[in-house]
Amino acid sequence: MSSIETRTKGEVTIRDLTKSFKIDGETLTVLRKVSLDIRGGESLAIVGASGSGKTTLLRVLAGLEEPDGGDVLIDGAPVHGLGRERAVIFQEPRLLLWLRVLGNVAFGLEVQGVDRAEAEERARRYIRLVGLTEFETAWPRQLSGGMAQRVGIARALTVQPEILLLDEPLGALDAMTKMTMQEELTRIWDEEKVTMVLVTHDLEEAIYLADRVLVLPKEKGGSVRLLDIDLPRPRDRNGARFVTFRKQLMAEFGLH
Amino acid sequence: MTYQIADDEERSGGRRFPWPNPGPRILSAARSGLADYGLLIAFFAGWQIASSVEWLNPAVFPPLDRVAYALYLGISSGALIDDIAISLQRSGIAFGAAIAFGIPLGLFMGQIRAVERALDPILQLFRQTSALAVYPVFILMMGLGEASKVFVIFWATLFPILLATIGGVKEVDAKLIEMARTFGASRLTTFRRVVLPASVPSIFVGLRLSATTALLLLIAAEMIGANKGVGFQVMNAQYNFQIPLMFAAIFLLAFLGLAANWVLILLQRRLCRWSPNTP
Ligand SMILES: Nc1ncnc2c1ncn2[C@@H]1O[C@H](COP(=O)(O)OP(=O)(O)OP(=O)(O)O)[C@@H](O)[C@H]1O
Ligand SMILES: [Mg+2]
Repeated sequence: MSSIETRTKGEVTIRDLTKSFKIDGETLTVLRKVSLDIRGGESLAIVGASGSGKTTLLRVLAGLEEPDGGDVLIDGAPVHGLGRERAVIFQEPRLLLWLRVLGNVAFGLEVQGVDRAEAEERARRYIRLVGLTEFETAWPRQLSGGMAQRVGIARALTVQPEILLLDEPLGALDAMTKMTMQEELTRIWDEEKVTMVLVTHDLEEAIYLADRVLVLPKEKGGSVRLLDIDLPRPRDRNGARFVTFRKQLMAEFGLH
Repeated sequence: MTYQIADDEERSGGRRFPWPNPGPRILSAARSGLADYGLLIAFFAGWQIASSVEWLNPAVFPPLDRVAYALYLGISSGALIDDIAISLQRSGIAFGAAIAFGIPLGLFMGQIRAVERALDPILQLFRQTSALAVYPVFILMMGLGEASKVFVIFWATLFPILLATIGGVKEVDAKLIEMARTFGASRLTTFRRVVLPASVPSIFVGLRLSATTALLLLIAAEMIGANKGVGFQVMNAQYNFQIPLMFAAIFLLAFLGLAANWVLILLQRRLCRWSPNTP
């Protein structure tokens, strides 16, 4: 499999991003002047303690939250609000229970104005990519957790975004399904050549999937740190360097 | 491997028993029919026997064959058909109007918080006020004719539909709406593709509740100052001491209720196959 390919599309530039929330009159600054360049086609993982602002950062990138200050630029142009070049995969599959798998995967394209026949045609390709062809006509309630999550992934991929934003997409899955899905995500990312920004609290997942890992500070006011994972793919979770990276990341959180 | 949807299996699965040695189909169908309807059949048989041998006073509880005969006479002479027609018309117009008015209004109210909050107290008050209690007011306003009868049924069926629709819209998972927005769905598209379908099961709860209420109010309205209708026929037959006819009309009403519920269930199954709460 290929290593980092630099693309011109799907590039994200974050400049001095600041975001705070008002809770009972008190201001809680979650992101303080965060700056970062995400390369086109890169796989970036964001890790950090609970409450460190991972979801907030991702939601700002998605356009679901307005930042208080700073800029987000995509391919050089500042963005405000939601945009079709970005797609979000949430922790829960968020499937529409009244649509079959095919309808759910085609949903994104359909709301973007693509007519049903074409949307379903294009959806089929991604259903195959996530390995659910035989379940095209199944209802969401007939799917396992991992299968449902794959439907959510296919739905996001079907709109062919430049940037895929994932918020703990495998967080609710059991350990074995999770590992399989991590392999699939690597394969999909490699095939689709999409920029991937993945929030996770699973350090091993970050090292397995990412080109670089962004560590959000535990203390407010601390600075973010970046870790380059220059391991060839497919990655061996038990390889010596993989283990070294894991120790290094754990040390960031004072773990051993 | 081919994947098959196990819908129909699943739906009836809860009621089928794993007989150790399943006999021929007819036999097992008869068994499950007996399990479902055995008690009902026993009830009718008990009635028939008790009345024939006069354990029950046949003047009050005539044997069922006489009730059936009265039903046959009423229908073949067309007298009961007229009653059914007028009853269906009254409840149909009222129920239809309640649907046409209640569902759009509920969808609108559920979407817009300020409207919902402003109207909620008055809705709660109206809902708690029994439609039967305000029927005299409607009679004063519209006279004893068709208008007040239809209106009281409309009034009683409107609130369950309205409140169920509002509830359905309000309970739509905000996360699904957010998901639709990330794909660039407009407010209208989000409403049409997410909010509306998600509310359908809840709307059906309101519809089925309303159908029962409609029948109840129909009978009450027809017992007061009517000269036609199945509800009128119950009163009239009793007054004229045509007890078999009275029971025939009562059974007709029960049948109308069952039929209405059955139609709604069929419709619900068509529209809400996906919902685990679909009967
Ligand atoms: N809409 C909001 N209103 C008020 N405060 C918020 C809001 N969203 C997030 N916060 C606060 O911002 C902080 C960061 O939240 P965020 O969800 O980004 O954390 P996280 O790193 O994703 O945590 P976790 O690992 O638990 O998901 C938290 O203290 C949270 O209480
Ligand atoms: Mg989070």
